[in-house]
Amino acid sequence: MKLFHAFLALGVAAMLVGTPAQAVELSIVSGDTGDGIKVLREILDRYEKDSGNKVGIVVMPTSGTDQFGQYRLWLAAGNSDIDVYQTDVIWAPQLASQLVDLTAATKDVVGAHFPSIIQSQTVNGKLVALPIFTDAPALYYRKDLLDKYRAKVPATWKELADTAKLVMDGERAAGNRDIWGFVFQGNAYEGLTCNALEWVMSSGGGQVIEPDGSISINNPKAAAVLDMARGWVGTIAPPGVLAYQEEESRGVWQTGNAVFMRNWPYAYALGNGGGSPIKGKFDVAPLPAGTGEGARPIATLGGWNLAVSKYSKHQDAAIELVKFIASPAMQKYRTLKTSNLPTIQALYDDADIARQQPIVPRWKQIFLNAVPRPSAATRIKYNEASSQFWNAVHNTLSGDGTAANNLADLEAMLTKLKGRGW
Amino acid sequence: MWMLKRTAFTLLVGAIVFVAVFPFYYAIVTSLKSGTDLFRADLWPTTVSLANYRNVLTEGSFVRNLINSLFVSGAVVALSLLLGVTSAYALARIRFRGRSALLFTILSVSMFPQVALLAGLFELVRMFGLYNSLFALIFSYMIFTLPFTVWVLTTFVRDLPVEVEEAAILDGATPWIIITQVFLPLMWPALATTGLLAFIGAWNEFLFALTFTSNNAQRTVPVAIALLSGNSQFEIPWGNIMAASVIVTAPLVVLVLIFQRKIVSGLTAGGVKG
Amino acid sequence: MIRMEPEKARAAHSSLTAQRVRSAWLFLGPMLLVLAAAAGWPLARTVYFSFTDASLADLDARQWVGFGNYFSVFSMPSGRVLYDGLLVDPVWWRAVWNTARFAVISVTCETILGMIVALVLNAKFPGRGIVRAAILIPWAIPTIVSAKMWQWMLNDQFGIINVVLLNLGLTSAKIAWTANADTAMAAILVVDIWKTTPFMALLILAALQMLPREIIEVARLDGANPWQIFWRVTLPLIRPAVMVAVIFRALDALRIFDLIYVLTPNNVHTKSMSVFARENLFEFDKFAYGSAASTLLFLILALLTIAYIRIGRISLDGGR
Repeated sequence: MKLFHAFLALGVAAMLVGTPAQAVELSIVSGDTGDGIKVLREILDRYEKDSGNKVGIVVMPTSGTDQFGQYRLWLAAGNSDIDVYQTDVIWAPQLASQLVDLTAATKDVVGAHFPSIIQSQTVNGKLVALPIFTDAPALYYRKDLLDKYRAKVPATWKELADTAKLVMDGERAAGNRDIWGFVFQGNAYEGLTCNALEWVMSSGGGQVIEPDGSISINNPKAAAVLDMARGWVGTIAPPGVLAYQEEESRGVWQTGNAVFMRNWPYAYALGNGGGSPIKGKFDVAPLPAGTGEGARPIATLGGWNLAVSKYSKHQDAAIELVKFIASPAMQKYRTLKTSNLPTIQALYDDADIARQQPIVPRWKQIFLNAVPRPSAATRIKYNEASSQFWNAVHNTLSGDGTAANNLADLEAMLTKLKGRGW
Repeated sequence: MWMLKRTAFTLLVGAIVFVAVFPFYYAIVTSLKSGTDLFRADLWPTTVSLANYRNVLTEGSFVRNLINSLFVSGAVVALSLLLGVTSAYALARIRFRGRSALLFTILSVSMFPQVALLAGLFELVRMFGLYNSLFALIFSYMIFTLPFTVWVLTTFVRDLPVEVEEAAILDGATPWIIITQVFLPLMWPALATTGLLAFIGAWNEFLFALTFTSNNAQRTVPVAIALLSGNSQFEIPWGNIMAASVIVTAPLVVLVLIFQRKIVSGLTAGGVKG
Repeated sequence: MIRMEPEKARAAHSSLTAQRVRSAWLFLGPMLLVLAAAAGWPLARTVYFSFTDASLADLDARQWVGFGNYFSVFSMPSGRVLYDGLLVDPVWWRAVWNTARFAVISVTCETILGMIVALVLNAKFPGRGIVRAAILIPWAIPTIVSAKMWQWMLNDQFGIINVVLLNLGLTSAKIAWTANADTAMAAILVVDIWKTTPFMALLILAALQMLPREIIEVARLDGANPWQIFWRVTLPLIRPAVMVAVIFRALDALRIFDLIYVLTPNNVHTKSMSVFARENLFEFDKFAYGSAASTLLFLILALLTIAYIRIGRISLDGGR
C-alpha cells in the first residue's frame, strides 16, 4: 500500500482533478478477472478519495463475446445505469456510435500513449476509448528442453515445427508420453482469428482484410501456411488444440507438457508463480515468422480500453474517471501488480517496472510489431467477418476441406458480407 | 436363476446411481484440490483443502447472491402457485367459451425461445423501472414457470371428484371460498411438485439474470458462478468453480431428498395424465 | 335436497353459471396479464423487428422491409438473379439440422433410458428411496454448473474421462471431445441426456405408479412373461403420459441454448437455432435477421407441437 501512496501524490498532481461541485455515483463495467478487478477497485478507491465521487464496478463474464452482446444490448436500450465500459481493442468501431467522443477532453494526455493504440480507438476522427493496458502475444519456450536437445529458439514456423518434433519425440522416447510440441488457441473463437492472422501475415499473406477494405485472404501464401498449421494438429500439437482457448493451452504448458506455447503476457507471471512445475525453466521470444518474401514476425494487438457511454448522466465525471485510470501513475500501479503492458511509452523505461516486472521492457519490441485485427476496416461487421474467418481456419485445421478451397469460399462469403462497402 | 436376476438387477441399479452421481462426486473431489493438483486427474482427493470454499464464500458477494437466489426462487414459487391455483380452478372447473384455445395459448408460451424474448423483455423491464432489481427476474421467470404450473395444476384439479365442489356450491360458497377451503387442502401433492419445479427453474436460470442485473449485489448464483474469476485474465479457476457449484447444488439436492416422495405422487395424481 | 320449481331452478342455475364464468375470468385475468406482458409483448416486438432492418447500433432508425430478412430476390444489372435471406441461408439450415438431429437423438435416448430407470425404480427393493433421490441429482444441478462440470471431466488433457479410458485400455490416445466435429455433438448429447433423463424417468415413474396393480397381476397369472407384459400391458397404458413427457422434452431440446453456448459456442457443427439467433441478435450487426431467426424458430416449434398433438391425439384441454 505504501507504494500506492507514493503514486497517489504523482497521480493527483498529474491529474489536477478538481473536486466537482456535487459528488456523483458512477458505474464502470468490466469483464476483467481476479486481480484485474481487485486492482481496478484499489484504483477506484483512490479516485473516490480524490474526487468525492463514488464508483461501483459491475463485473462481467470473462468471455469477450458474453460481454460484447451484453454491452450492445445495454447501449441499444439507452441504459443510463452504466457510465464507463471497459472495451476490447476491436470493439471501438462497432460501438462507436454510442460512445462519447473523448478527443477534446483527452488532447492533453493522448500524446503520452503509443500512437498506434490511440489510432486503434479512433473512429471517423473520434477517439471513443482511452487505453488502459495493451496485450501482445509471444512464443513461450522451455529453456531447459531446448538446451537439452541443443536447439535454438526458432525464428520461423518451420523451425518451430522441427524443433518441437525433435524435442517431443526425444522426450516421449524417454518415457514422457504426455508431452506435446506446441500449443496454441485453436478453438473456433476470436482467439483463433488472432492466431491465424499471425500465421498468415507473418508469411506475407496479407492481413485478411486490408486497411482499405479489400479482401486479400484468398492467396497461395495464406493457403500454404494454413495447410502447414493443419499439419501440426495431431503431430506436434494435441488434437484437442482445436478446442483450446488461452487457459486450456496454458494448462498443458504449465503442467510441463508442452515445449512451445503461443500466449499472452499473463502466462509469464503464472508460469513463474509458486508451485509451478516449470518455474524458471522457460523464457519468451517473439513469435516466429514465415519464410520467403514479405515474411516477418507478427503479433496480434490486444488490449483493453475505457469508453464513456453516450447515455451516461454524468459524462464529465465519467471522462475524468477514465483519464484517472488511464493516467501514467495508475498504469504503473497496474503494471506492477498484474504485469499488464502499459500503453504509456515512458513506462517501458521505468526503473521500478524494469526491476519488478522485467518482462515489460522486453515486451516493448513484440508489442511494437503488433498488428491490429481488421476491425477498423470492417467496422460494425467485424464480428461476423471474424467469425467467418475463424470458421474457415477451424474447418481447415479439422481437415474439413483444403485450405485453398476454404479460403476461396471465405472470400466469397466476405465479399457478400461486405456488400456495397463495410 | 433367481440369484442371477437379483445380481443383474443390483448391477443395473448400481450403474444408474454411479452415472447419476459421479459427476457431482467428481466436482466435490475437484473442489477440495488446490494449485497444480487440479490438473492431475485423481478419483479421490489426495490432499484435502478447503481453500476453494473459503475463497468462494469470502471473496466477492457470493453469500449475498445465494440470498438473492433464495428470494427470487421463493417469490417465483409463491407467485406462480398463487396465479396457477386460481387459473387452474377456472380452467378445470368452469365451462366457458374459448377454454381450450386459452389452454393451448398458455402452453404455447413454453414454445417461445427465450433468446427471442430478451430484447423485448429488456425494454419492458426498463420501462417499469425494474432494471437491476430482483423483481425484474421474478417477473421474467413467470414465462417458464407459469405455463407448466397452470397446466399441471389444471389437470390435477380436473381429476378431483366433482362431489367435493358440488356440496360447496349448494352451500352457496363463492369460487374463492371453494378454492381456498375445498381445493387447496386437496392439492398439496401437486403444489409441492409444481412448486419444486418452479423453484429449480428459477434457481437455475442464467440468461435473464445476467441481462437484467448490473451489479454484484443483485445477481443470482448461476451468474455469480459464471463470473467467478481466477488470478489473471483467461485463467479459469476450476477449483473455485467446482466449490461454488457444490454450494449451489447442495440446497437443491436437499430439497429433492426431502420432496422426492412428494414429487412422484404429485405427478402421479396430476400432471402427466395426458 | 331442496326441491325447486324447474323454471326457478334454471334461472338460478344460469345466474350461477354466469357468476362462475365471471369469476373464471377474474381468476384468469392476473395470470393472463402477466403472461401477455412477459411473453406476448416481447414476442410481438421480435416478430415486428423481423420485418424491419433494425440494427442495435440505432434501433430507432429502422425501416420496414417486409419479408426481406426471410427471403428476397435481387436482379443484378448483368441479368443474374441473387437470392438472399434466412430461407436460403446455409448457416441457418445447418443450425436447423443440428438442432433437429440433437432433439431427435436426445429425446429418443432420454425416453428409452428414462423408461428403464423408471421401471427399475418402480420395482420394490431395499434402499429405493435413496436411489430415487440419487438419480434426481443431475436434474437438480443448474445447467451452467453441469456444463462446467462436464467441460472439466471432458477436458482432453486433465479430464478424468480420458484418464480412465486410457487406463482401462479402451482408447489408445487422449480424445479431444469438444474439439472434434464428430465428438463435439456427442459430448453435448451425453451431457444433455445425463441431465434430463431423470426428469423423463420421473414423469414415466409417476405414470407407472398409477397403473392398477391388478391388471399386471392378471397378465402374469395368464402366463405372460415380463417382456410381454411390458409391451402388451404396461406400455399401452402409460403411452399418453410418455407422449406428454416427450413433447415437453422435445420443446426444450429444440430450444437448446445454454449447454451448447457454454460447451462449444462457435462450432458450426453444434450450433443450434437459439445459438444462431443470439449470435445474430447481439454479436453480429444483424438484429433484424436474428429476430427473423427467432420468429422462425417459434413458428417451427408451434407447427411441430400442433402436428404432434393432432397425430398423437393428445388431449390438452381437459375436456372429456
